[in-house]
Amino acid sequence: MVAQLTKPERQECIVIVLAVLALGAILAIAGIRDPLGVHGLLIVALCLGALLYLLNRYNDPEPTGDRSTVYYDDPTRVGIAFTMVWAIFGMFMGVWVAAQLAWPELEFGQAWSGFGRLRPSHTTGVIFGFGGNALIATSFHVVQRTSRARLAGNVSPWFVLFGYNLFCILAVTGYFMGITQSKEYAEPEWYADIWLVVVWVTYLILYLRTLARRKEPHIYVSNWYYLAFIVVVAMLHIVNNIAVPVSLGSAKSYIVWAGVQDAMIQWWYGHNAVAFFLTAGFLAMLYYYLPKRANRPIFSYRLSILGFWGITFFYMWAGSHHLHYTALPHWVQTLGVTFSVMLLVPSWASAGNALMTLRGAWHKVRDDATLRFMVVAAIFYGLTTFEGSFMAIRPVNALSHYTDWTVGHVHAGALGWVALITFGSLYTVVPSLWKRSGMYSNKLVEVHFWLSLAGTLIYVFAMWNSGIVQGLMWRTYTEGNTLAYSFVDTLVAMYPYYIARTLGGLLFLIGAIVATYNIYMTAKRGPVADEDRADTPILVASDPQPTPAE
Amino acid sequence: MAEIFHRKLERTAIGFVLAIIAAASVGGIVEIIPLFTIDETVEDVPDMRLYTPLELAGRDIYVKEGCYACHSQMVRTLADEVDRYGPYSLAAESQYDHPHQWGSKRTGPDLARVGGKYSDIWHVAHLINPRQVTPESNMPAYPWLAENQLDVYQLPAMLRAQRMVGVPYTDEMIENAAMDAIGQANPDSSQASAVIERYGEATEISTFDGIRGTVTEMDALVAYLQVLGRLTDVAYLQPDSDEAPAAAGALASELIAPPDQE
Amino acid sequence: MDIDHGTLVAFSKSWGLFYLIAMAIAVCIYTFWPRNRKKFTDAKNSILRKDDRP
Ligand code: HEC
Repeated sequence: MVAQLTKPERQECIVIVLAVLALGAILAIAGIRDPLGVHGLLIVALCLGALLYLLNRYNDPEPTGDRSTVYYDDPTRVGIAFTMVWAIFGMFMGVWVAAQLAWPELEFGQAWSGFGRLRPSHTTGVIFGFGGNALIATSFHVVQRTSRARLAGNVSPWFVLFGYNLFCILAVTGYFMGITQSKEYAEPEWYADIWLVVVWVTYLILYLRTLARRKEPHIYVSNWYYLAFIVVVAMLHIVNNIAVPVSLGSAKSYIVWAGVQDAMIQWWYGHNAVAFFLTAGFLAMLYYYLPKRANRPIFSYRLSILGFWGITFFYMWAGSHHLHYTALPHWVQTLGVTFSVMLLVPSWASAGNALMTLRGAWHKVRDDATLRFMVVAAIFYGLTTFEGSFMAIRPVNALSHYTDWTVGHVHAGALGWVALITFGSLYTVVPSLWKRSGMYSNKLVEVHFWLSLAGTLIYVFAMWNSGIVQGLMWRTYTEGNTLAYSFVDTLVAMYPYYIARTLGGLLFLIGAIVATYNIYMTAKRGPVADEDRADTPILVASDPQPTPAE
Repeated sequence: MAEIFHRKLERTAIGFVLAIIAAASVGGIVEIIPLFTIDETVEDVPDMRLYTPLELAGRDIYVKEGCYACHSQMVRTLADEVDRYGPYSLAAESQYDHPHQWGSKRTGPDLARVGGKYSDIWHVAHLINPRQVTPESNMPAYPWLAENQLDVYQLPAMLRAQRMVGVPYTDEMIENAAMDAIGQANPDSSQASAVIERYGEATEISTFDGIRGTVTEMDALVAYLQVLGRLTDVAYLQPDSDEAPAAAGALASELIAPPDQE
Repeated sequence: MDIDHGTLVAFSKSWGLFYLIAMAIAVCIYTFWPRNRKKFTDAKNSILRKDDRP
């Protein structure tokens, strides 16, 4: 990791680590009688580890030659490793919590392992851990290639990457200890939130400075999406997390917003986290890696621009559809529906654009599992956005809300779209990053594809069924005009689906483990392509059917 | 015009960032800012009372344990929900909820009106082992709540922070927070009557977990569960409160922001 | 506060609509401006060029 850093830069790293260590020590002392202290100690321990590493490598040979003539891919490589570690962790937690709903004994009677504490560790693990690292890693890769410029910094990419992962670690370990704001997808407490702002601002500056160095006149559309992701997530994160800590020595805080306003801000945040974290960022991947892998330009560049502004503008209005029939004023709900339905236009424009890119090249999709990952992702994207607009309509929402239908919808998006596009992109970028002619094993890519697809379908169908069944049972009346089913009746009807869903998730998890192994082996000893000539075009894009590695 | 403008924006990515902010912030501004004028309306529920320190501590435990992952606290304006849970929720009822716990998933039933539905004993037994009470339940067990002592001396700081975010706790309430928590869980004690004095007649004084003399996390959580939906009676006072209008929503929002406001 | 809820709602709704239309027009003009065609075609092909060095 330090190989590309000069001595002064290594010193800079040490100073930063020491500064963070000092912050950790302050938290540890201030929060000595509070879970906050545990987090302080955790930070100190992690910093000590980092320090040891840096000092150990301090005298390693420094880089020679002009660094600005080569891309800086070390952070991307490490970011991909983080991505896969978080994927396995987050999906494992997902399978565990899913299993808890079917077999509640699996909480083992411990405070830290109850459903309420584990569930956010799953969502944070997959969204921020897996998704976030994938976004950061690929954004570093894409911005350099599309700008034809090296990252504008040697230390700051590491700061962004490690700082971000520190945030994720604080978040997840906090939930086990009961440190949470209990705002969905914004659970981390105030100090972690402030830390994320620091990291995020660094990220934005790094990104903008890299773009400013670009040699291409035009900023390629992927970067638009990455930028929207960075900028808007910052905005959402800050507004949604304004809180007053009980004391500086306490992890606990109270959010300044209350009741109906808090609900609206929460879902403004929540829905746009879907838009700008789980959609914009991953569309950026789609717009770069799909053309790259298929070796043909995107079908319509103009459509991608229209789609971009449509998504940026429309999504922000749609959050209130999470609050239909609640105490939120009616006109806000109506606006939410209207824009949710309009959102279908830019969403389908993007999905269609992806699919049209492959017109006349479907044989490639048949033969190349990597491309197939991306195509299926685009299809799921189209289906999920359609489903989303549909579910935002008030009468449909009356049935679907609070049920597993929502969970199914989210997973159609999260597994079918986000995870598949990520895996497709990783399989595209990994061989080129490690200068291999292809993945270690194409068979395993194929296995992963089918595991993922089967897992997603089982999961989503189980949740559709359970959601609709439960929603209907809740509102069924007897002839005497009383409710036909008690709540527990409807719960009992869920168990078969909960078991099926666990199975679907398990398949998906196994797929992720296979992928991790494959990526690891590719990095360690995949087939070497002209290793000594760094300037050979290595990208597999021109070779949609790479020969098996073994 | 637009073209030149955009070209400039593009060359400097900063301009581009501004454009993104401009495009993305409108939706939020339009939908959120007017909500803050509602504040004036909702505040006028005359009998709205505050969470007592014990209830607030219970709420914090609810938040900490992530009960929102399975329980909503928002009865929608739909006939079947009103029949199942009670009068639909009004904005006023959660005006002191930092953060709100409306929730998004009902693996378990809605809790907005659970206060008073069961006895304290029922809740204690249910929290210690839900399957003892409801064999089919998949709710986690929380037996340690009955063993963990509540750190009542933290409570003044909690109330003070709550006041900073807008909950009208008085100095007196803050000063006496610890004693009030103890008093609420110890009926007949001298502190108990002080709680009633400060927080109103409707405050439930009880041993909650059935054990006198100690204040546990179980006391706090049960006290909170028992006050859910009972901070004000306004929801029960509406006409047709137990018969939600077929095309609901409109009515509810009128109640929240009556047109004849001012 | 002297701005009451009703005014604010009315203002934000109408203003939001104008904003929407103006944005849509601006974006369309930019997207379909004839002179931009070449730039977009270049951009879409640019990523397929050799990309091993800055
Ligand atoms: C895994 C999801 C889950 C979690 C987490 C959970 N519950 Fe439950 N809860 C249920 C289910 C399912 C039921 C219905 C069956 C039963 O009565 O146990 C229920 C029922 C209840 C009831 C009875 C409601 C009624 O009207 O009958 C209360 C009260 C309750 N839960 C409180 C809590 C509290 C407090 C927490 C957090 C400390 C919590 N629950 C966490 C699933 C959950």
